[in-house]
Amino acid sequence: MSTAATPPPKKTNRIGLEAASYKGAKSTLCAGCGHNSISERLVECFYEMGIAPWRVAKFSGIGCSSKSPAYFLGSAHGFNSVHGRAPAVGTGALLANHHLIGLTVTGDGDTASIGLGQFCHMLRRNVPMIYVIENNGVYGLTKGQFSATADLGSTLKTGVVNDLPPMDLCLLGIELGASFVARSFSGDKRQLQTILKAAIAHKGLSVIDVISPCVTFNDHEGSTKSYAYMRDHDEPLHQMDFVPFFEEIRVDIAEGETKEVTLHDGSRIVLKKLGRDFDPTDRARAVQALHEAAAGGQVLTGLIYVDPARASVIDLLNLVDEPLATLGEERVRPSKEALDQIMEELR
Amino acid sequence: MSTLETAPEPVHSGEQGQLAVNDFSIQVATVNGSGSQTANTVLMRSLFQMGIPVSGKNLFPSNIAGLPTWFTIRASKHGWIARKRETDVLVAMNAESAREDVMGLPPGAAVVYDEPLKLKELRGDLHYYPVPFDKLVAPVCPEAKLRKLVRNMIYVGVLAELLGIEMGEIRQALVKQFGPRKAKAAELNWAAAQAGSDYAAEHLPKADPYHAERMHATAGKIIIEGNTACALGAVFAGVTVVTWYPITPSSSLVESMTGYLKRFRLDPDTGKATFAVLQAEDELAAIGMVIGAGWAGARSMTATSGPGISLMAEFTGLGYYVEAPAVIVDVQRVGPSTGLPTRTAQGDILSTAVLSHGDTKHPLLFPSSPEECFSLTITAFDLAEEFQTPVFVMTDLDLGMNNWMSEPFEYPKEPIRRGKVLSAEDLERLGGFARYKDLDGDGVGYRTLPGTEHPAAGYFTRGSGHDEHARYSERPADYVRNVDRLARKFESIRKKVPGPEVKLNPNASVGLICYGTSIYATEEARDQLARERGLETSLLRLKAYPFTQELRDFLERHARVYVVEQNRDGQMLALMRMDLEPSEIGKLNSVRYYGGLPLDARTVSEEIVRQEGL
Repeated sequence: MSTAATPPPKKTNRIGLEAASYKGAKSTLCAGCGHNSISERLVECFYEMGIAPWRVAKFSGIGCSSKSPAYFLGSAHGFNSVHGRAPAVGTGALLANHHLIGLTVTGDGDTASIGLGQFCHMLRRNVPMIYVIENNGVYGLTKGQFSATADLGSTLKTGVVNDLPPMDLCLLGIELGASFVARSFSGDKRQLQTILKAAIAHKGLSVIDVISPCVTFNDHEGSTKSYAYMRDHDEPLHQMDFVPFFEEIRVDIAEGETKEVTLHDGSRIVLKKLGRDFDPTDRARAVQALHEAAAGGQVLTGLIYVDPARASVIDLLNLVDEPLATLGEERVRPSKEALDQIMEELR
Repeated sequence: MSTLETAPEPVHSGEQGQLAVNDFSIQVATVNGSGSQTANTVLMRSLFQMGIPVSGKNLFPSNIAGLPTWFTIRASKHGWIARKRETDVLVAMNAESAREDVMGLPPGAAVVYDEPLKLKELRGDLHYYPVPFDKLVAPVCPEAKLRKLVRNMIYVGVLAELLGIEMGEIRQALVKQFGPRKAKAAELNWAAAQAGSDYAAEHLPKADPYHAERMHATAGKIIIEGNTACALGAVFAGVTVVTWYPITPSSSLVESMTGYLKRFRLDPDTGKATFAVLQAEDELAAIGMVIGAGWAGARSMTATSGPGISLMAEFTGLGYYVEAPAVIVDVQRVGPSTGLPTRTAQGDILSTAVLSHGDTKHPLLFPSSPEECFSLTITAFDLAEEFQTPVFVMTDLDLGMNNWMSEPFEYPKEPIRRGKVLSAEDLERLGGFARYKDLDGDGVGYRTLPGTEHPAAGYFTRGSGHDEHARYSERPADYVRNVDRLARKFESIRKKVPGPEVKLNPNASVGLICYGTSIYATEEARDQLARERGLETSLLRLKAYPFTQELRDFLERHARVYVVEQNRDGQMLALMRMDLEPSEIGKLNSVRYYGGLPLDARTVSEEIVRQEGL
């Protein structure tokens, strides 16, 4: 009698898909690039949240970061567009089909420089999209020039010192209307995963600024976006946990001083106090905390601001439920009587 | 073109001693912001209601209030609706421009003017009608602050009396203009028109030859702006996503479209919208959203003008290369740069045909009338989706912002064509697809929409090099194969774009080619050339780029061909030089006007006479 055991059933998520279904093409970025860790987290999060890849539309601009949507959720539609303009392309696609889960992965060059205008207006509109900024402070593809998020006084490998103040994309996000603003570090697997899952559940715009070191051009002494610098200066606002709507199990965080934020779909974000009192629903306090941390040379990470109720541009447009893209002719071409009526009015 | 079907009879306009019936042009010179638009619209509409073919053109400054503005109305029993270069009847309300306006008149013209301007002393060869506007307006409009607006209606009454426009039609035009909600305003204006008419009857003996008489050439016609016509085209094409950035002269296109969408495109059961209109932060975002929406399956469009087109260059190249449908209406104005933002031109032809870096070519459609604004906007959506590429509708300020007589629009006969889109069921049957593979030999691949519930539906769209499977590729062979297919696709488009309107004259060795609004002056110029110089001509009016075989046939049949257009450099002619054979190019000559006013026939016929050596 054969002793060969039947192979254990492959592990699947709540919609019956294996983790492999969420993988993408092999990354062509440098080994050790923070962006690759972020891609891995995205694979894990969409798998664990049980989101079918076909429901997701990925967007990006130009740069190392913007290549990465090819490296996760390979069976989802993706659109690698033009430099700094992913917000417009994503907004248009979501207008066409508001059931899509929009996911933009972009960089600091894309977002803080060439695409700053589009970024700001996406914030104002609270476009329902997950917007991940892979922030490394340099232009990698063009071989290491400063970006607009480089800190004052930080240096390039060549010794050039940055003499302009940085742009804080989380501050901008809060100021201009994003309804979910977080900062994380590509090396903090647990925190980043929690933030990404919460962002997937959030119904408005989630801006996630992830410090993601560039191992080739900005991981040296003098950089403020290096692995070493982040290990020393990362200041988590709280310990985070996320309970999706489909799970009723307890959270990892022990009883104690916790704050909960319930998202639109019933999912919960559980925040445990770490040292400071921090309420991410208090906009003014969130802005103040970012300013204080910057003055103190710290990089605050965690959920900085959230407003689960703010209406998105899609809500404001009062669209029919079915995607505009697939409405049949009978619903989008008015009748001959309508045209006759208009003509009569113009006589 | 003449808007009448019967052949025009000889013209005797404005000659001394003869009546000029239904053949004159009126120019009203006012100050921008003085509310003259209502008066001018009523005047134009009254003539239209009397059955007289009429056109109205607003020549306005880039300014909200205070600068000189002119409105010209042409009545033509022959149906000529191009701007007439000469003014027959001047209404001089603006002290600032009055002198220059009067000095520019041909002998024998009539001048209705504000009495204190004392224009009579300027010239002795005109017919003067001084009117004390301020004195007349006070009794009919007790409220002093409204007088500025009502004052203009007095010249409408004066002209009605002088020209023989029926007061009943003035009244009906006022009712139409103000609608039932503003009946009080209509009454006030009616009183002013009557005051003007009474004054003229009592104090202004008729001396000029211009007369309006009822005829029956406008029955069943509508009056509409080209922008509204394009807007209606989009509404009936089933547009679903409209993103735009305000720019003169295109803004009214989206504004009027929004009004119609709210009336006719809300779901009757839920009251929810089957459309999204979003005002973007700039033209870059507007076109980016259009391409994102088109990629995701919407019928998406934007409307803009030259500066917007320049900003859209990068995204247009993306749309071409990733093969996303998009419709862009370019209501052209005078460039480059800010140029003359409230004046008309056909100046974006060349740059738009090849908009973007790299090798690109885009289909352009050239409507010349409100009817074509409507029908070609619908065609643009079908072409964009069938060929998965940006398509441009090239109108201009003259067509877009002026009121035009038009036949009522025909309801589209053909169903909406959405192109090659694979459903989940298709994918199940096929087992997968290669996005950029030319399966049908027409250069057009099959696409899927995001949100299609099938594991094989997704593909990665990229503006970087890609192979047939949409995979990243920098291989020279992949690149060449891809762009060669795009060139093949352009050849397929050539077979599907609307062909030109051709009027062959068997006696003609000279042909005229034009497009868009240049047709009106060109047709009238043909008439002038034939009657005055015995020069018979054929005509070809382009409706689209890429050019079709009809253009080559036309060149073949004629010894000399003039391309009439409204730009300095002969842009359409340049495009022909790029596309045609050297033997064909040799026949091409250029007639150009680029001063920003709507093209007039004399400018065209005089230039052809000069070049022909007649």
